[in-house]
Amino acid sequence: MFAPEIVLAAVLNGLMTGAVYALVSVALTLVYGVLHIINFAHGATLTAAMFAAYFAHRAGVDPLLAAAPLALVFYGLGYGVQRFIIGPASHGEDRNILLVTLGLSIIIENLLLAAFRSDTRSIDVPYGFSTLDLGFVFLPLPRVIAFAVTCVVALLLWALLTRTDTGKAIRAVAREKLGAALVGIDVTHIYAVTFGIGAACLAIAACLLLPSYYVNPRVGNAYVLVAFTVVVLGGMGSVPGAMLGGLLIGVVESLSGLYFGESLGQLGIFLIFILVLLVKPTGLFGARA
Amino acid sequence: MSGSGRLAAYGPILAVAAALAMVPLLTGSNTVLNAMVTALLIGLAGQGWNILGGYGGQFSFGHAAFFGTGAYATAILQARYGVNAWAAFAAAVALGSLAGLVIGFLSFRSGLRGSYFALVTLAFAEVFRIIANATPITGAAAGTLIRLDVRPENFQFASRAVFYWIVLALVVAVLILTRMIERNRFGAWLVAIRENEDAARALGVDTLAVKLQAIGLSAAITAAAGAFYAQYFLFVDSSIAYGTWISVEALLVPIIGGLGTVFGPLVGALALHGLAEVTRLVAGRIPGIDLALYGTLLVLVVAFAPQGFQGLVRRLGAGLGMARR
Repeated sequence: MFAPEIVLAAVLNGLMTGAVYALVSVALTLVYGVLHIINFAHGATLTAAMFAAYFAHRAGVDPLLAAAPLALVFYGLGYGVQRFIIGPASHGEDRNILLVTLGLSIIIENLLLAAFRSDTRSIDVPYGFSTLDLGFVFLPLPRVIAFAVTCVVALLLWALLTRTDTGKAIRAVAREKLGAALVGIDVTHIYAVTFGIGAACLAIAACLLLPSYYVNPRVGNAYVLVAFTVVVLGGMGSVPGAMLGGLLIGVVESLSGLYFGESLGQLGIFLIFILVLLVKPTGLFGARA
Repeated sequence: MSGSGRLAAYGPILAVAAALAMVPLLTGSNTVLNAMVTALLIGLAGQGWNILGGYGGQFSFGHAAFFGTGAYATAILQARYGVNAWAAFAAAVALGSLAGLVIGFLSFRSGLRGSYFALVTLAFAEVFRIIANATPITGAAAGTLIRLDVRPENFQFASRAVFYWIVLALVVAVLILTRMIERNRFGAWLVAIRENEDAARALGVDTLAVKLQAIGLSAAITAAAGAFYAQYFLFVDSSIAYGTWISVEALLVPIIGGLGTVFGPLVGALALHGLAEVTRLVAGRIPGIDLALYGTLLVLVVAFAPQGFQGLVRRLGAGLGMARR
């Protein structure tokens, strides 16, 4: 057995990793909650954002400074893609939305592959290997920053959803599309806004990941499968569920890495995923499927 | 059933079979035959997907799970246990079908539909891939080779034409099977589930049993494609067998050709691979460019031709008919 300090360090590290999972998952669950479809282009969008952050760094901008402008750019892209491609192409049928987002993910991933080949790239930032000393445990600084930024983004999202008219409209559409349309909410616009917010969250997550992680055209897939697990675990469409689920999965991965070795960490996530889907598809916080 | 009805139902299949069977007699080019074998192979995998996805409306994003199980089973049984190639092929189809029944039982029993079903099939394919990439019996990351020994009893032939005729025979058998399903009660139940599952159950259709039969059959057909792949290339590894590419192509060809139609997957596979060859000639071998094209095609077909190429042709024909009148 391991000493308590080591286990505690693993748990804290898991929470830090889990924060980024939570951010990626919140974006996925928000879109699911409103549009009632799983966005299969989620991982590819994250990869694209990571490439954007990578090239921002090459141009001399630190990823953390690039987060806000990239979030805006990706909000615009997400809005446009939902409004002008996914929406019109799917003729309002869920099955078609699934296929269109799958098609988009194949396009994005393979265009990135054609443009940048499958080389793995990473960046060097001055604080890349810095640590934060808590007295009993050292934590890597990039992950602590990621954790803090995620908390801020979560608060902002909460404020947006509960305190603004747009947020109220988003929640109204999520609850009852037809009713929302009847009281004068532009449902197509809200769909696109939600999609845009999801893409913006991914852009921020990409900027948080890059200082301590690498990027290649397939990197998003690793995160998106984790995000699927988190979203299913937390309950499809539940934002608090995705936050807690993300943190939980981060800790589970960190602990199973500690006890079973790194290579089985991923497998553990998949098994949780399948188990939750089969046993309780509504997740821990979801109301009903 | 009247004789003329039967002719109308099965005549076109036989005509297409006869026409396609002529191909090796018209060309001696190995490149052409190779491309045709690959296209028919994907068509076969897509025919499997079409039973469950096209007729039953259950969209699987992980048919690689069945393709890969067929491919690995045929390779491992021969390479490790010295089983006869033809027996291994049959066993691979059965094992693929079993994988389908297990995955189907687990997910349909929990009532997974739509997005959830797509997700869980995707996850199963990924789990299979990770396991196959790590366990010794599959040869882990190195994959499994089938020993080259060109004899008919080993399911190995010097001529590509023989492989071509075998895969064509499989495709034609499934065309006939699909037409039979379309014309009997099972097919009607399947379509009822696609259109409205709750209504179908209310009318007394045993939806769980019908969906299970559909996924078992669907998986068996796709596993046959996988087993044929292993036999044709004599090699499998986890990224070929359980890779995303085959999950995507298996669903792409029926959608492009015409979802829930007998000829859809075949038409889609020939169109898709024709297009891929042309792209390769024009763009060279840039990695990923053919898949990017497939993705574009998928979005375009969903947007502009929801009934696939066949529907497009029918619509154009109807349009011309109107114009003439």
